[in-house]
Amino acid sequence: MSLMKHLAAATGAIALTAGMAAADPALIFDLGGKFDKSFNEAAYEGAQRWAKETGGSYKELEMQSEAQREQFVRRMAETGANPIVVLSFSNIETLNTVAPDFPDTKFVLIDGIVDQPNVRSIIFAEHEGSYLVGMLAALASKTNTVGFIGGMDIPLIRKFGCGYAEGVKAVKPDATVIANMTGNTGAAWNDPVKGGELAKSQISQGADVIFAAAGGTGLGVLQAAADGGILSIGVDSNQNYLHPGKVLTSMLKRVDNAVYDAFKAGDKVEPGVINMDLASKGVDYAFDDNNKDLITPEMKATVDAAAAKIASGEIKVHDYNSDNSCPFVSF
Amino acid sequence: MTTLPKWADTFLVPLISLLIAFVLSGLVILAIGENPVAAMKLMVTGALGSTYGWGYTLYYATNFMFTGLAVSVAFQAGLFNIGGEGQAGLGGLGVAVACLYVPWPHWSLALIAAIFMSALFGAAWAAIPAYLQAKRGSHIVITTIMFNFIASALLVYLLVNIMRPVGTMDSASARFDAVMRLPRLHDILALVGIPFNNRNPANISLLIALLAAVGVWVLMWHTRLGFELRAFGKSEKASVYAGINPVRITMYAMLISGGLSGMMAINTVMGEAQRLLLNSVEGAGFIGIAVALMGRSHPFGVVLAAVLFGFLYQGGAELALWTTVPRELITVIQALVILFTGALDDMVRRPIAALFLLFRKART
Repeated sequence: MSLMKHLAAATGAIALTAGMAAADPALIFDLGGKFDKSFNEAAYEGAQRWAKETGGSYKELEMQSEAQREQFVRRMAETGANPIVVLSFSNIETLNTVAPDFPDTKFVLIDGIVDQPNVRSIIFAEHEGSYLVGMLAALASKTNTVGFIGGMDIPLIRKFGCGYAEGVKAVKPDATVIANMTGNTGAAWNDPVKGGELAKSQISQGADVIFAAAGGTGLGVLQAAADGGILSIGVDSNQNYLHPGKVLTSMLKRVDNAVYDAFKAGDKVEPGVINMDLASKGVDYAFDDNNKDLITPEMKATVDAAAAKIASGEIKVHDYNSDNSCPFVSF
Repeated sequence: MTTLPKWADTFLVPLISLLIAFVLSGLVILAIGENPVAAMKLMVTGALGSTYGWGYTLYYATNFMFTGLAVSVAFQAGLFNIGGEGQAGLGGLGVAVACLYVPWPHWSLALIAAIFMSALFGAAWAAIPAYLQAKRGSHIVITTIMFNFIASALLVYLLVNIMRPVGTMDSASARFDAVMRLPRLHDILALVGIPFNNRNPANISLLIALLAAVGVWVLMWHTRLGFELRAFGKSEKASVYAGINPVRITMYAMLISGGLSGMMAINTVMGEAQRLLLNSVEGAGFIGIAVALMGRSHPFGVVLAAVLFGFLYQGGAELALWTTVPRELITVIQALVILFTGALDDMVRRPIAALFLLFRKART
């Protein structure tokens, strides 16, 4: 990377950034790491897609510790990169501190809202997408019992789980939703073995559709579900292809699109809050060749009707984070 | 290994271990197609070449001083406390409780309260394994590491369900009042007219860590309790015969150790983040073991080893910033240093001891 060359010039020379016309965009991965098979990797894919299409180059960094949040964003801004895409709500405070120091640099935060004139905040309506896959789960279930397996027990995952449970209950009010979290440490995001065990335990409790919102752990859930002859639901990217005909659908969270759009806009990224919801196709459920036999036209019609109602505001899906509670399932 | 003179034992052996670790790291960097000399240079200039780099190095070092001292105190008493991670996590909770629920008028008062609470919470978390060891013979290695997981679960529960402000996604407590912002190293050095970069998290906790190191030294070598701790560590049976109460010593050693681990949170929670984060400890509890091993469980050695590990952390960050060395490889470099200075210590010590023996024989 040519970052070294910038090093000497960059230290303390904030004014420099204004002079750089065609600056490279930058992507800073969060602590999960670039290849987390989930959130960060989706962002990476978006950046790669942009690089392939435009032939442009971009800079990237992986954070390793909490203390590096401010350090890395600041140093990246000093190199003149523009715009700088930062991932995760954990960086709200970071950008509130750093962004005002670089008024000519545009920042994009995914998954959190920062009120600064040079920051675009992108938030996803995970609860709405989860609601749709919850409906599909309930429609596909024969045992009237469906499962949810989260990664670490953090509010974001509860948001997924709560939307899912609401979707299930919207179709079958008497259905049972079993919810489990994988663990209490960061390892919970990458523990496919435990994910598989939790899935087996849920199968033994009667679940015949399981939604995994657990990063790398989810791969174990999908595997165990396929082995156990039940259906699973993937998350973030389209994971239908992993076990064709065994994955009911995937809850899509188009982080890749958010990164791609930001890179494409370059330093002309508009600040403000962008809500990536069902209406803007920021979240959705996956329907492709791999699962077209699992989702009947009636199921699809029901879910699409609900999606239209959510998009128009007729149905309002409960957002766990609005009041830190979920009336549909307990975690 | 009494064949080694003291200077060789305390300086030569770690130095050679370190050299081997760096040579191996260089080979690894070479293997992935980067220039190892340039990489090392980048690490050194990035971590020690500017006050900015020093700031980060010292910030990390402060964490490792606390946890390293914690491990070394317990180790002197023959107890292997690997629960620093959980004790520091609970210490963070103590700091958060002190800072969130009392409207302190000035940071200095808040700091005193935070020191007290962090040490109290950390010590309390170490007290249960200590009691189980002292009274029931449950092995401290097993219990302390299990308590790390319990601490983690407790923190997740508190941060997700109770301490998190409504509407935020981040599993973290609310921000402390701005009054409680600890003076950064930059502010302190400015008082005596030394310019220091103000974009780094090094703060007054560093001085507390150094004071703690002096305190541990006084305790271990200049008080009766310290003598009892060390005697107990050298030989339990002999010390019991000499009238030292094993239950009391085990409890004291672990309480002091847990308290020191807990105090690490002053640096991360109060000094840096200004709020309690879910992973504010970030492995410093475990690094403390390596720091204590490398520092020969002596406060002075611990301080030096802590700075070395701070250098590795900040140097590693610079590598990530300016090269394509993947972050996993930076962890490999850190791991090699731990491996050679800690685990494989004897591998270097024995040949050197043999060498010294040869020299001595040749002379006589």
